[in-house]
Amino acid sequence: MISVSGLSKRYGYRLVLRDLDLRVGRGEIVALLGPNGAGKSTLLRILATLSHPTFGQVEIAGLSLPIHAASARGLLGYLGHQPLLYEDLTAEQNLHFFARLYLIPRARKRVDELLDLVGLESRRTEQARAFSRGMQQRLGIARAILHKPKILLLDEPHSGLDKSGAEMMDKLLRETAKKGNTILFATHDQHRALALAKRIEVLAGGSLVSLGRKLSVAQLSAQYDRAQRANG
Amino acid sequence: MVNYFSALFSILRKDLAVEWRSRQLLTAMLVFSVLIILIFNFALELDARLRAEVSAGVLWATFAFAGTLGLNRSMAIEKEHSSLDGLLLAPVDRSAIYFGKTTANTVFILVVELFTLPIYAVLYNVNLFTPGFLIVIILGSWAYSAIGTLLAAMAAQARNRELLLPVLLFPVLIPVLVAAVRASTGILDGLEMVYIWPSLNIIIAYGLIMPVLGYMFFDLIVKD
Repeated sequence: MISVSGLSKRYGYRLVLRDLDLRVGRGEIVALLGPNGAGKSTLLRILATLSHPTFGQVEIAGLSLPIHAASARGLLGYLGHQPLLYEDLTAEQNLHFFARLYLIPRARKRVDELLDLVGLESRRTEQARAFSRGMQQRLGIARAILHKPKILLLDEPHSGLDKSGAEMMDKLLRETAKKGNTILFATHDQHRALALAKRIEVLAGGSLVSLGRKLSVAQLSAQYDRAQRANG
Repeated sequence: MVNYFSALFSILRKDLAVEWRSRQLLTAMLVFSVLIILIFNFALELDARLRAEVSAGVLWATFAFAGTLGLNRSMAIEKEHSSLDGLLLAPVDRSAIYFGKTTANTVFILVVELFTLPIYAVLYNVNLFTPGFLIVIILGSWAYSAIGTLLAAMAAQARNRELLLPVLLFPVLIPVLVAAVRASTGILDGLEMVYIWPSLNIIIAYGLIMPVLGYMFFDLIVKD
C-alpha cells in the first residue's frame, strides 16, 4: 500500500530524510519511532501529499506521487500534530464540512457514528474552541477516518488523550488494520508501539532501521539507542 | 467536475459559517470602513461639488484598506491551527480552494460595501445606488478578491504575513483601483459609456486573468 524508495528531503542545507526505503503492506500496522527532529513528521507529511520529496519515489496504493496526488488523497487519512479543525465551528459542523469535501454519502449518519465512537456525541454542538486538547484530538481522529481511508498516517495519535481516549484509539487502530487497511503511526511510546505494531521502524539521522516485533521493551529500547547512535 | 464545484461551495459555506460564528472579520472590516469614511469626511473639508468629485476615490481607498484586513484574516484562520492542511488533504484539485476562498472574500467585501455605501451616500450627499455604479462595485470587488486571495495565500507562507500582504497587494492592485475609480467617477458624473469602457475593460481583464493565475499556481503557492 505504501512504497517509498530513495526518498530524501532537504530543508535548506539540512538533509532531514536520507535515501529512505519503506514498504508497508495491506493490513499492516507499522510504528515509527525516533527522537525529536528525526523527520518522522516530515515523512508522514510527504506520504500525505502535504510536502514534496527532494528526491525519490513515493507510491500510495500504486499511485505515484505527486502525479496522482489528488487520487491518492482520497485513500489517505492523516492526523498531524494539529487536529486540522476550525475552532469557530462546532464538532458536528467541522465533520459535516469535511464530509462535503470528501463527497461522503449519508454524511449525517457517518458523522453521528463517529461522534459516538470518539465520545463527543454529547458535545456535538459545542465549538471546537471550547474543547480541551484531548477532545480536539478525538475530533481530529474522527476527521481523519471520516471517509474510511485505506491508509492511515498518524503523527503521535495518542498525544493529549486520556486513558479512555488512548484505549479507544488502540481499539480503532486494531479494528482498522483487521479490515485490511494500512496504518503507519509515529510515536514516542515504545510500549504502545510494541503492543500495536507488526513492525517497528526507527528513524534516526534521516535513515530508517527496521526492528522486529517480538522484542521486550528493554530490547527495543537498546536497539533504539543503537540505531540512534549508528545514524548519528 | 461535480466534485470541484462541491468543494468550492463547501469552502465558501464553511467560511461563511466560521464568520457567522466568530463575527470577527466583518466587524473589523465594517468598523474600519466607517472610520475611514468619517476621517475623510472631516479631514477633507470640501464643498458639495468637490465632495462629489472625490467620492469614488474615497470609496475605493476605503474598500481597499478594509479589504486587506479581511484578506489577512481569511488566510489567518487557515494557518492558525494548520487548518489549511485539512483542505489540502481533500481529494480535489487545489485550485477549488482558491476559488472557494476568493468567492467568500468577495461576499465579505460586498457585505461591507452594502453597509458602507448608504452611510457614505448620506455623509457626502451622493446618489450611489445606480445600476452602473453597482456593477462597477461588483466587478471591482471580484477583481480585488481574485488578486488579494492569491497574494494572501503567498503571504500566509511567511512569518510576517500581516505586514507582507499590503506590500505585495497594493502595487499589483494599483491598475484595478485606478480603473475602478475612473469608471465609478465616470458613472457618477453621467459620462457616456464610451468613456467608461476602457476602465471597465481593465477591471474585467484583471477579474479574468487573476483567477486563471490562481487556477494555475495556487497548488505551487500552498505547497510545503
